[in-house]
Amino acid sequence: MAKKATVGKTFFNGLVTENPTFTLMLGMCPTLGVTTAAWNGIYMGLATTFVLVCSNLFISLLRKIIPDKVRIPCYIIVIASFVTMVDLFMQAFMPDMRAILGSYIPLIVVNCIIFARAESFAAKNGPHLALADGLGMGLGFTISITCLAAIREIIGSGKFFGMEILPGYEPMAIMTKVPGGFITLGIMMILVNAAKKAITRRRAARKEAAA
Amino acid sequence: MQHNLAITPSPHVRSGATTRRIMQDVCIALAPAGIASVILFGGHAAVIIAVCVLTCVLTEYVYQRLMNQRVTAGDWSAVVTGLLLAYNIPANAPIWIPIVGSVFAILIVKQLFGGIGSNFMNPALTARAVLFVSWSSIMTAYPNTVFMTGGVDTVSSATPLAALGKVFTGAEGASLADVGLADLFLGNCAGVLGETCKLALILGGIYLFIRKVIDWRIPVCMIGTVAVMYLLTSGFNAELTLKELLSGGLMLGAIFMATDYATSPQTNLGRIIFGVGCGLLLFVIRAYASYPEGCSFAILFMNVCSPLIDRWTAPTPFGEVKQHG
Repeated sequence: MAKKATVGKTFFNGLVTENPTFTLMLGMCPTLGVTTAAWNGIYMGLATTFVLVCSNLFISLLRKIIPDKVRIPCYIIVIASFVTMVDLFMQAFMPDMRAILGSYIPLIVVNCIIFARAESFAAKNGPHLALADGLGMGLGFTISITCLAAIREIIGSGKFFGMEILPGYEPMAIMTKVPGGFITLGIMMILVNAAKKAITRRRAARKEAAA
Repeated sequence: MQHNLAITPSPHVRSGATTRRIMQDVCIALAPAGIASVILFGGHAAVIIAVCVLTCVLTEYVYQRLMNQRVTAGDWSAVVTGLLLAYNIPANAPIWIPIVGSVFAILIVKQLFGGIGSNFMNPALTARAVLFVSWSSIMTAYPNTVFMTGGVDTVSSATPLAALGKVFTGAEGASLADVGLADLFLGNCAGVLGETCKLALILGGIYLFIRKVIDWRIPVCMIGTVAVMYLLTSGFNAELTLKELLSGGLMLGAIFMATDYATSPQTNLGRIIFGVGCGLLLFVIRAYASYPEGCSFAILFMNVCSPLIDRWTAPTPFGEVKQHG
């Protein structure tokens, strides 16, 4: 029973509590770079999730045999293998999306989220927890950047998942450019932090009332 | 050299300068250019100015109300932002352009960074840059003035800056005579609504200088640097240089935008560096980049540098010995 709760908690931790985009602020490069359209966000997120889950699992399994002094090169080999798989898979089956995401797919190798989770979580925990962590973090990342991308797409090109939704709207082109990424991310972070603060305050108040 | 940060024992002379007072002075100084724009571009210019000012003040009021902050919307600083933003919009822009720009300037550039005095870039200029990058076709559709053939309803074929740029690069058929010096000075030329009448802008600048609201260093260094660069690169062509100085947003930017307190250096040496930097960047963008005018981008870039300039030129406290080696 206790173990199951921890798996759930680890998953939730990655998804919300320690959301890689809004709390840990990791993987900012793809977060700002590819989030110009909602589909980009989904594919980028899923590709990262796959690599994250697999590398977390394997690094966790290998954690007792990887010598401490050469652990970073070992992680890179594990991560790079999965990134190559994703890259070749996308080139074969979705060349259009691969062309849009461009070098951001091979760059998953150096994505901070994956390294951070390998170093601080997978290397210290069992495979089932590492799996849950990878899935939670990956989906947290996917949801965050898809929201970010959807907002930028609506304001910056008047579309939602590629469909025209605002006829006669003059798109605010800066939102699909780099400054728009920073502005949207900043504003979303304000809102997420405000929401978190409100929740913590409410919980504290409830606890006080219960006590 | 840097007297403006001197610390002295009391008694002190109190100047009575308040934010409100200074901002009212800036508004007075901006008034001639506003009147000129209404004369030059007609009633729509007045509408844009009014919309900008109202939206700016209202945004500031609503935000401060919602966030339970002390409401400082009455300190006239939002009015200044609104005026400056309006002066950076072409007179025939659709009405949502000034609204979007004003909300962006006040909400995102000013209030989210902590309100008056805490913004790291000039709100009006940043909003202009955002509008310019987002809707460049609207923001560069400069109308003719009412005194030119076709009137305000026609979009100008070439701005003075574009014509001068052709002369500068030695394009065929380009001549300095295409641009009249008196037209440039009085504002009878295409451009955004507040930048064309240099006479009004310079009058406003002189007023601010007499009222000691602005320091001479930033505008003089900025305009001086542009002049020197054009003289040097055009083989001492005084006519071209003078016309370049009087075109585009240089006067508006140098007098009213670059001198913004919150986003320019505090020390005298820093202000000189800031002004020269703005001038150099403006020259480089005008002469060699793909945009015809670089005033706003030059000032924004130096805005970002000004904390560094301040740190670099910070005066040594009295009695402190410089560390060697």
